[in-house]
Amino acid sequence: MSAEPARACVPWAAADMLGKLTWNAIPFDQPIPLAAGSLVFLVLIAVIAWVIIRGHLPYLWHEWITSVDHKRIGVMYTILGLVMLLRGFVDAIMMRSQQAFAFHAGGYLPPEHYDQVFSAHGTIMIFFAAMPLMIGLMNFAVPLQLGVRDVAFPTFNSTSFWLTATGALLVNLSLVVGEFSRAMWLPYPPLSELRYSPGVGVDYYLWALQISGVGTLLTGINFVTTILKIRAPGMSYLRMPIFCWTALATNLLIIAAFPVLTATLGMLLLDRYVGFHFFTNSAGGNMMMFVNLIWAWGHPEVYILVLPAFGIFSEVISTFSGKPLFGYRSMVAATMFICLVSFLVWLHHFFTMGAGGNVNAVFGIATAIIAVGTGVKIYNWMFTMYGGRIRFTTPMLWALAFVLTFTLGGMTGVLLSVPPADFQLHNSMFLVAHFHNVIIAGVLFGAFAGITYWFPKAFGFRLHEGWGKAAVVLTVAGFYTTFVPLYALGLLGMTRRLQSYDVAAWRPWVIAAGAGIIVFCGALACQVMQLVASIRQRESLRDLTGDPWNGRSLEWSTASPPPAFNYAVLPNVEGEEPYWQIKRRAIETQQLAAEPDYKPIEMPRNSPTGFITAFFCTVTGFALIWHIWWMVGLGLLGAYVVFVWFAWRDRDEEVIPAEEVARVDRARRRVRAQWLAHNAREEWLAVHGQRETA
Amino acid sequence: MSEVEALRHTRSPALDPYKLGHGAGGGRHDYATGHGEGGPASKRVIVGYGFWLFLLSDIVLFSCLFAAHAVLQTATAGGPTGPQLFDPRSVALETACLLTSSFTCGLSAVAAGARNRLWTEVFLFATGVFGLSFLLLEAHDFAGMVARGASPQTSAFWSSFFAVVGCHGCHVTAGLLWLGTMMAQVFFKGFRPSIMRRLVCFNLFWHMLDIIWVALFTIVYLIGEGR
Amino acid sequence: MGKSPAEARDGASSGSFLRASRCAGVLLLCVVSLAGCAKGILQPEGPVGGADSKILLDAVGIMSAIVVPTIVALVVIAWWFRASNTRARYQPDFVYSGRLEIIVWAIPILVIMFLGGLTWIGAHELDPYVPIQSSAKDPPLDVQVISLDWKWLFIYPQQRVASVNELVIPARTPVHFYLTSASVMNQFFVPQLGSMIATMNGMQTQLFLQADHRGDYYGVSAQFSGDGFSGMHFIVHAVAPADFQHWVAATRQNGPVLDRNGYFDLLRDSCDVRPFTYRSADPSLFAAVVRRQLPPSSGPSVGRAGPGVRAVGCG
Repeated sequence: MSAEPARACVPWAAADMLGKLTWNAIPFDQPIPLAAGSLVFLVLIAVIAWVIIRGHLPYLWHEWITSVDHKRIGVMYTILGLVMLLRGFVDAIMMRSQQAFAFHAGGYLPPEHYDQVFSAHGTIMIFFAAMPLMIGLMNFAVPLQLGVRDVAFPTFNSTSFWLTATGALLVNLSLVVGEFSRAMWLPYPPLSELRYSPGVGVDYYLWALQISGVGTLLTGINFVTTILKIRAPGMSYLRMPIFCWTALATNLLIIAAFPVLTATLGMLLLDRYVGFHFFTNSAGGNMMMFVNLIWAWGHPEVYILVLPAFGIFSEVISTFSGKPLFGYRSMVAATMFICLVSFLVWLHHFFTMGAGGNVNAVFGIATAIIAVGTGVKIYNWMFTMYGGRIRFTTPMLWALAFVLTFTLGGMTGVLLSVPPADFQLHNSMFLVAHFHNVIIAGVLFGAFAGITYWFPKAFGFRLHEGWGKAAVVLTVAGFYTTFVPLYALGLLGMTRRLQSYDVAAWRPWVIAAGAGIIVFCGALACQVMQLVASIRQRESLRDLTGDPWNGRSLEWSTASPPPAFNYAVLPNVEGEEPYWQIKRRAIETQQLAAEPDYKPIEMPRNSPTGFITAFFCTVTGFALIWHIWWMVGLGLLGAYVVFVWFAWRDRDEEVIPAEEVARVDRARRRVRAQWLAHNAREEWLAVHGQRETA
Repeated sequence: MSEVEALRHTRSPALDPYKLGHGAGGGRHDYATGHGEGGPASKRVIVGYGFWLFLLSDIVLFSCLFAAHAVLQTATAGGPTGPQLFDPRSVALETACLLTSSFTCGLSAVAAGARNRLWTEVFLFATGVFGLSFLLLEAHDFAGMVARGASPQTSAFWSSFFAVVGCHGCHVTAGLLWLGTMMAQVFFKGFRPSIMRRLVCFNLFWHMLDIIWVALFTIVYLIGEGR
Repeated sequence: MGKSPAEARDGASSGSFLRASRCAGVLLLCVVSLAGCAKGILQPEGPVGGADSKILLDAVGIMSAIVVPTIVALVVIAWWFRASNTRARYQPDFVYSGRLEIIVWAIPILVIMFLGGLTWIGAHELDPYVPIQSSAKDPPLDVQVISLDWKWLFIYPQQRVASVNELVIPARTPVHFYLTSASVMNQFFVPQLGSMIATMNGMQTQLFLQADHRGDYYGVSAQFSGDGFSGMHFIVHAVAPADFQHWVAATRQNGPVLDRNGYFDLLRDSCDVRPFTYRSADPSLFAAVVRRQLPPSSGPSVGRAGPGVRAVGCG
């Protein structure tokens, strides 16, 4: 046994003021990342400059950056998710095009760059695109659906967002300062240990995830407390909208799973920074432990992402079928079932490590059992549509595309849970195709459905239908042209993460997958056009009533966009679909409910705490990555000062006077009354007439 | 409370006007806040509940470190083993310090409940003193082990030992920083509702550290000693 | 798509159903891959690969029996109940049915139970550690595999020779692989021969494979292992048993020697290594690597942060 060379950088031994940071860190010799990174930063600086010159900074600061309003935070999360989705998509384009050129050739990305690209793609898509999109939609919709004014801990909510943004910032900073991890999106040791990854890439990865992980954990705590303890009067558990149930399951998973990630990455950090031996190739280190621990987080993570998407689809399918969700309680049971079983399957990510027949069989069967919950959901969505009046709006099209595509992905997933099949498909392109099949069809379609569905609630006008539908069609087409070839490649024995290859039989499929990316680009163009067209035609797309889709849950009962306090008085919930009842009663009696007695409302004050905390975390994280120890100390001190300062403030709430509440709510009631007088009865009869006459 | 009363009377007699074919909308029909029928819970309940969730997540974090320690129990790579270097007397003393600090922490909660500022501060200070002694003893222990050739870099076993015990030590350190700010807040601001809530959270945190230590004492030291 | 679930239930035996579903699976996968001519896991050349892909196709068939009708039903229902279809009956009160719920839960549960049986049997019968039942009289050939940065080392302990990135085995004879890694984790995988298995430092895994026919089969690493990963493939030559003996004899004639020093030379990072052989190999080497008595490979050069860090000999 040879002694481990003293590689670990010891804090007190660092002589240089800037630690490992030198001009060498800027990739002057690599034009692609340099150009891309410079472009991103130029755009960023241009945007900031524009904001300052046009005098928007005070508005941004007071209304958005320091906002603790769950709706604003939700919107910011969603924007962050979309921007990062774009960044991850650029990585995807590079990977597909590199492989298309790399038959018997080097392509245009050398391995040390290509390895960063696919590591960054996975990391960004999961942690900084999918997670923010889902958390953003939960942030926006859950308190509204529960009929309350905010989440349990609004300031923590803002902190969560800014910590996530910090993580995203660090990952993107690695484009121009240093490098990103080359050790895959889950940094398996020993490859990710200092010995095999001596650069700062893995450190960027680890600190970005540790910081954003704290934010995600806070989100989890925040939402579980909100959903379990803060609901409108009368909203018992079995009256909560299904999206709230899936959000509850997701956040329970976050609380239980994210500490595992923190602990695991923490051990790897100790290995890399102070020479511990958790996962090293020497002194008794055990890399299998990392693989077990990381997947004990990693598999629940899959359901953290996909469960809220299931909730969105349930809401969308029910709304646009004009029916309550079929088998609501069954859906709740299936959700909680998935939530529980998702912790019992992690080993299926490494059947090929030789665990033996019994272990593999047990985990294989457990994995297949999860599919029961999903299968139940698919059938319940089917029966929700059965007997409905389906309006094929953009969100509904996303939902249909999801159900059809996801079923296929679920099937290949169950296939991979059969150990002998996995022995041949593990880490192959088939696996890549499978998880894109479930993540794109599940999470991404879910996010798009949710965004189109709640966009009018957030901004007061609907998104353009034509461009939206074009985006759905092109995305689905792009999906199949990209990933069916990848399924085929997996069956032909092609493994993932190849920078180049020399098997002729793979080539046509690789090129076909590359063509699929072009279709995806078309879909992206449609999405951009949808946004542009919607903003330009916003007057004709305006949602005046607050209920653009003939919705069923509480969020549609308030104005679009909702006032800061959401509801002038907390709604009184009497059944599973509270707003549907209110609406029905109003239409049948031809009048709104009596005007309530308006009272002053206490709302949390805006606070820069989250932003400042994140600032210090960015400083600390950057300093840790580059071993700039004095800056680490400074950052930690700053964080502690912010904590004390936040604890010290005396006034953390402000009161909205009753007159203001009354003014806002009366305006809403006027529009409602007009709608009731003019269109409601005709609209209602047109859709529901049959039922009354039957 | 009056709102809830009003609600009780205005509820429609038919429980679920939009009957969905399966009961009346279900759930518990009590009117306590935070249970659905009664609307949002009080702030104290919300804060306490959220903090409990945080503690649970922290326990999950520790359980990972415990698992790692269990896996690496025999991975000493030819270096010293735990029983060779553990000092039971020192560990017993540390345990006594921490348990006593937990007791004084509880007393501070009693004093705070009685709105007695002096005794609250005294007991919080005592908690801090015991906590600090615990930390110093532990640091002394660590230094001794390193001096006898068992640093975290020695072997995977010692890595996991220092990680799990050290993580607890870091928690105690953070707790002491928090304790200082809590004493300052009580001193300058008195027993406002927000500060009472924070005191409850601090108490919960400090007792959790105790529970973790008991697990640590059992798993790392007692069972480790027995090997 | 051959069989509906109803037909399947009426099937005389589960065997015939399996055969039918396998046909369905083959059909489906062929549509996906048009893989008739290309060499992949669906053209197995050995008993392990054959059994693996048989289970794969069975599972696809079983699931297709339920997934395909579901997809069709989804499309039909969504289209029939479109708002503009006046012939469709609007039933907003159709929100719960106990009988349907039972069916809804039962269908996936039954499929999973069936599949679970397949999983249980498959996981045990095809456990990589289980020897192949072979008609061959010869005992299995032992091969020790060490994954290095970034090449494969194959040691034949009985023959005392070794090769790099090239594996010569006798056809129709089971091969018993012992595997480990001298650096990071890799996966040893020959798609046409069957199961893959991980190679990990400080640990030993085992695998049994057999080639039924003579031929050349492509082998890869299925676990990303660093900058030189793409070049980490090898060729398996399955030859007639007599030819194998000839190859061993020829190999003993020339080439370098794989002792500790030779091993340390090989341990250094290198990419796209052309196959070569060692005329003699130290059979105790493998055990020393597994027990970590020899240092692991050293990884890329040390010290510089940022993009300056490059793999030695690659890129």
